[in-house]
Amino acid sequence: MTLLDIALFGQTAVLMGTPLLLAALGEILTEKAGHMNLGVEGMMLAGAAAGFIAGFYTNSPALAFAAAGAAGAAGALIYAVLTVSLRANQIVTGFVLTIFLSGVANFVGSDLGNSTLGDGFTSVGDGGSFFSSIPFFGPVLFEQSRYVHFSLIMAAAVWIYLNKTSPGLSLRMVGENPSSADAAGIPVTFYKYSHILAGGFLCGAGGACLTLVIVKRWQESATAGMGWIAIALVIFAAWGPLKAVFGAYLFGALRGLSFKIQNAPISIGGRSLSVPAQILDLLPYIMTVVALILITLGKKRENQPPRSLGKPYFREER
Amino acid sequence: MISFQKRAGTSKGRAWTRQFISIIVALLTCAAVIALLGYNPLEVYRQIFAGSLGSLYSFKEMILTMIPLSLLSLGVIFCLRIQFVNIGAEGQFYAGALAASYLALRHPDMSAAGLLPLMFAASIAGGGLWCAIPALLKLKLDVNETLVTLMMNYIIIKIIAWLQFGPWKDPTIKGYPVMPAFSDSAILPSVLGIHSGWVIALALFAAAVIVLGRTRFGYQLAVMGSSPQTARYAGFKTGLLLMAATAIGGGFCGVAGFIQASAIENSLTYQMSNGWGFTAIAVAWLAGLRPAQALLVSALFAILLQGCAYIQISLGIPFFMSNIIQGIILFFVLGSDVFTNYRLVIRRTKDTQNALSERGGK
Repeated sequence: MTLLDIALFGQTAVLMGTPLLLAALGEILTEKAGHMNLGVEGMMLAGAAAGFIAGFYTNSPALAFAAAGAAGAAGALIYAVLTVSLRANQIVTGFVLTIFLSGVANFVGSDLGNSTLGDGFTSVGDGGSFFSSIPFFGPVLFEQSRYVHFSLIMAAAVWIYLNKTSPGLSLRMVGENPSSADAAGIPVTFYKYSHILAGGFLCGAGGACLTLVIVKRWQESATAGMGWIAIALVIFAAWGPLKAVFGAYLFGALRGLSFKIQNAPISIGGRSLSVPAQILDLLPYIMTVVALILITLGKKRENQPPRSLGKPYFREER
Repeated sequence: MISFQKRAGTSKGRAWTRQFISIIVALLTCAAVIALLGYNPLEVYRQIFAGSLGSLYSFKEMILTMIPLSLLSLGVIFCLRIQFVNIGAEGQFYAGALAASYLALRHPDMSAAGLLPLMFAASIAGGGLWCAIPALLKLKLDVNETLVTLMMNYIIIKIIAWLQFGPWKDPTIKGYPVMPAFSDSAILPSVLGIHSGWVIALALFAAAVIVLGRTRFGYQLAVMGSSPQTARYAGFKTGLLLMAATAIGGGFCGVAGFIQASAIENSLTYQMSNGWGFTAIAVAWLAGLRPAQALLVSALFAILLQGCAYIQISLGIPFFMSNIIQGIILFFVLGSDVFTNYRLVIRRTKDTQNALSERGGK
């Protein structure tokens, strides 16, 4: 493998990791509000379908992005009404959201099988810019879709928001201990709703990245389990947005490698790599379990799951 | 001001009325959605029932879905009863199927009388082990079981995919990789026209009802589920109870995998669960974690799933309609759950203050 090969592979890894990163950032916001939304897979698929349909009919990447985000947020709204206002079981609601949204997405997508996107979607990235002439990092990070840039900006923004701003602190308080947050005058319900919805928007955008940028067409159940890897990524990154970037690209590299191996054997330094593709697919989940065990054993406060994650909050029982 | 107020006591009757009303409202909403999509809702509903209960054939097909679904929900019930949030039924299903299939593929020449009981036992061990690992991690290291059981699903599915594409691939079959077919002695015989999985399922349900309702072990689980502290003060071996309940729960899910591999697929594939392991969580929850109700709820889900498979052919409606209907019904039931134990109170702010000062005066 030459440097160019490695750069090309890095480009693939980053691109493959981007839907995961967007969805994981969304789930981090949701979980920081104390809600575990297992509807990520469904919201990604809804975004993938809505984004593709909007892109197909309008030929506008901006509208497609907005539609995808809106679809994800709409799904998240159902979840928020049920789990925040009506205190429904979060785990079951999340699963049902995935069942429901995959039904809706595949239903509306069932006629789109052979559709292709218009020329508004052909450009990969801004190839000629100054940044893309930087060796290695140029092609890997800058000669990329706008989704890659958006996800990186979002990762930084979420990190700053959570760690350096006062609303971010309030949000963490809501996720850790809603009754103290409530007593401190933080509008708990508003915080929960807004962050669950923002989380849904990012999941939808992640799904759109898949159908609009990576595969460029609609397939039945296009996300194929990516939402679950995104949930794994949240744990793997210990709820940290910046760690999620590295995790996403690591998982993206494994996925890229597994695709490559399925098509043709890879040789490194003359020796062919003989790891089956399925074993590579398996690694993110194993690494996540190991990471979770280490996080739990480490007992470092900032790495732990939000303390009230999954628990309904009744103000009246304060 | 809108708020929830805890009701004085719980009542079974209210829970049933609430569920009944929410399902009716959900069905009306579904009808509106179906009409919006351009189909006649009454015709769709009629065909769903016709396609799942209308003939002996469709009834049998419905039962074939109900068998794995009910067993999986039973497995989930055992875990949720002691507040072990097991969302890994899907993985335990595959772990059981894998263990049973190993024996079937390894010993094709054994007699059915020897092989089938061994496969049954192996599936319990496989499913039980796959659930016991997260339980042990929770017990010894306090690792969150919800997240681990979720991950364990994909780990086992990828392992089976690897076996199917690699070491266990049938070399004689060209094209898409599959595992070798089971020998006849590894296939469950049929009883009354349906494979004998239904006999196994019924027997396990009967055993579960007895164990949960009539034994010391079941009583201890009930205490532990409602209050782990009480269970510890009472001197129960809570760690042992946790391991036992999760191993049994995972074991039931494993048996579902064994039945599916043996009777339906006649082999092992990594795509044979149709997501039932996830549906089973909703079934268990909807059934209020009671086995008898789980049987009823899984029948309703099986009717819906089989009916939607039927309308796909008869009316040309994509099968995904079943997901939409399932989703809407469950949303309503989930959303109405709070009203069993809470009452919605709408008051003007002034009244709230009065109420507060009243409470303060007491």
